[in-house]
Amino acid sequence: MPAAEGTGEAIVRIKDVVKEFGPLRVLDGVSFDIARGQVVAIVGRSGSGKSTLLRCVAGLETIQGGSIAVCGHDVGRPGSAARAQLRRDVGMVFQSYNLFPHLTVERNITLALTLVKKEPREAANAKAAEVLAMVGLTDKRTAYPEQLSGGQQQRVAIARSLALSPQVMLFDEVTSALDPELTAEVLAVMEELARRGMTMITVTHEMGFARRVADLVVFMHKGKVWESGPTAELFAQPRTAEFSQFVSSEL
Amino acid sequence: MRAVQKTMSYTFDFSFLAERWPDFVAGAWLTVQLTVVSIALGLAVGTVCALLRVYGNRWVRTPVGAYVELIRNTPLLVQIFIVYFGLSSLGLKLSAEVSAVIALVVNMGAYSTEIMRAGIQSIQRTQLEAADCLGLTRLQTIVHVVLLPAMERVYPALTSQFVLLMLASSITSQISTEELTATANLVQSDTYRSFEVYIIVAVVYLALSVLYRFAFWLIGLVLFARKRKLGTAL
Amino acid sequence: MIQLNANHFLYLLQAAQWTLLLSLIAFVGGSVVGLGLALLRVSQIRVLRVLASGYIQLIQGTPLLIVLFLSYFGLGIMGYKLVPIVAAGLSLTLYAAAFLGEIWRGCIEAVPRPQWEASDCLGLSRFQQYAWVILPQSVKLAVPPTVGFMVQIVKNTSLASVIGFVELARAGQIVNNSTFEPFTIFTIVAAIYFAMCYPLSLAARALERKANAGR
Repeated sequence: MPAAEGTGEAIVRIKDVVKEFGPLRVLDGVSFDIARGQVVAIVGRSGSGKSTLLRCVAGLETIQGGSIAVCGHDVGRPGSAARAQLRRDVGMVFQSYNLFPHLTVERNITLALTLVKKEPREAANAKAAEVLAMVGLTDKRTAYPEQLSGGQQQRVAIARSLALSPQVMLFDEVTSALDPELTAEVLAVMEELARRGMTMITVTHEMGFARRVADLVVFMHKGKVWESGPTAELFAQPRTAEFSQFVSSEL
Repeated sequence: MRAVQKTMSYTFDFSFLAERWPDFVAGAWLTVQLTVVSIALGLAVGTVCALLRVYGNRWVRTPVGAYVELIRNTPLLVQIFIVYFGLSSLGLKLSAEVSAVIALVVNMGAYSTEIMRAGIQSIQRTQLEAADCLGLTRLQTIVHVVLLPAMERVYPALTSQFVLLMLASSITSQISTEELTATANLVQSDTYRSFEVYIIVAVVYLALSVLYRFAFWLIGLVLFARKRKLGTAL
Repeated sequence: MIQLNANHFLYLLQAAQWTLLLSLIAFVGGSVVGLGLALLRVSQIRVLRVLASGYIQLIQGTPLLIVLFLSYFGLGIMGYKLVPIVAAGLSLTLYAAAFLGEIWRGCIEAVPRPQWEASDCLGLSRFQQYAWVILPQSVKLAVPPTVGFMVQIVKNTSLASVIGFVELARAGQIVNNSTFEPFTIFTIVAAIYFAMCYPLSLAARALERKANAGR
């Protein structure tokens, strides 16, 4: 089955976003839209602002200019009412997994279900079993994070995010800390998610993955969207010297 | 100097125990009550202060820091005097037991603030971000993601401090709370068997130290499921 | 009732000198005995290790106040009538030794294993290993926590007041008996203790920061 086509409705709208850390302008007028069901790969060298952009979309950073709307919620400004709503609709997976080390795999997944969604424990456990099956870790239900490999931890992190049934999932260099084999098992899970029609924004170094799975590639350079477009098109005919250089250096 | 002669012929006499052992039991029981209450309340005070110290703004951090330094750099004995004699002279009349608990809680609070602060600071910011992204409120994050692992990391230091507080509670005998040390003072003044009396009390305190360590080890097992299962430090 | 006046304040300051003297006695005595304990704790002879650790656990499991009563009233009844400063000095020495011994043992054990092996390979005797390789390195580690512990010593000298030794806390009680202004007096007493302890606390923290930065 090919990657799900966007339905035309923009689920994420990023418009003229400016983000500064002190005197440093990390994002300098970034704009693009993402339609429901699209998979977007944000690529670029380190320091290009791609991770910062993702953190802005996740509401982890406040922005100094422009606007970000995710599922109709205004993101990037202080104010918690919209934030709580945003959390229901957006899931985030981190490079360093960020599982809670003192909780079992199952409890990592059910914590937000019981605390935020107020689901009863049994329903939450059932949901955990479901998402663990999806990432292929049913047998690790009672294990603690430190007992798992990096790839397994990252799959649990994906499951934890998935359990909250988000409309958009954000992936921040989720395989950068992993060996090639472990990378493959995490990417397989992400491909499966894409096949099921999940809207995904992933910051990644995995060009193979981007080519295979992404509908849209955004190449960032110096805090700007340097070049973007449908994946096949973009890789076939890079329009800028920076992007073609980047592509050849990543191969 | 006149007492130096015939020292070699000292004979121990514990016969007073037959009559007075209930006094020691009552004293030890009050020591346990005073210190368990003080440990629980003091840890609560310390936990809140530690959170304020780590996550609060400057207007909160500064007074909390001052509280911690003032208490840690003055003797418990003087703190007890200020609470018991000082406050009563200002018109706030408190019983010896209540004064003792207040002084011990204030003291325990300052030390546990420092210990818990180290634990809370050891929780990485990324853990907070993960909790944020899952939609947990600030309070839920603190309770479920910060406090328990923070406490697990510093639990050995906390346990030591709890035992130290139990031993330090002997100082409350100086405002005549009828705990174990005050009982000893009373019995020795009746019997003139001070050496025996204080040896007995020393043994009881030693036993209490061991008991407290064991109790806190058990509590740790209940509290920290991961440690119970894996046996490794967090 | 006598009005609280400047003479009372001077009297308290004088008494604070006794607090300092007693602290010094406890620190020096505790250091000597404590170093011995630390070395026994890392000794190759099991009996010595057990004895030293038994002593440390005994002292660390008993309130200092009880140790004080034992050496003052207890030894007194047995015929060894000690004057208060000796009883207090002895008790505080026993107490400080146990804690310093434990702190320093940690510092000795913190010297990396290869240092022992290297000096062993050079043919140094065990004594030479300690004197020239291990202890100089442990001292650097030991300074910050030792300074920190001095705060505990100064504060704990206040317990000498209960056997009638007139140091700062006892002087506070004496002044209070004639003026009966306990809140003011004990606050002043606390302030004087603070003035003695806080610089030590700050120094300990600064030394620790320096040690951590050096690593």
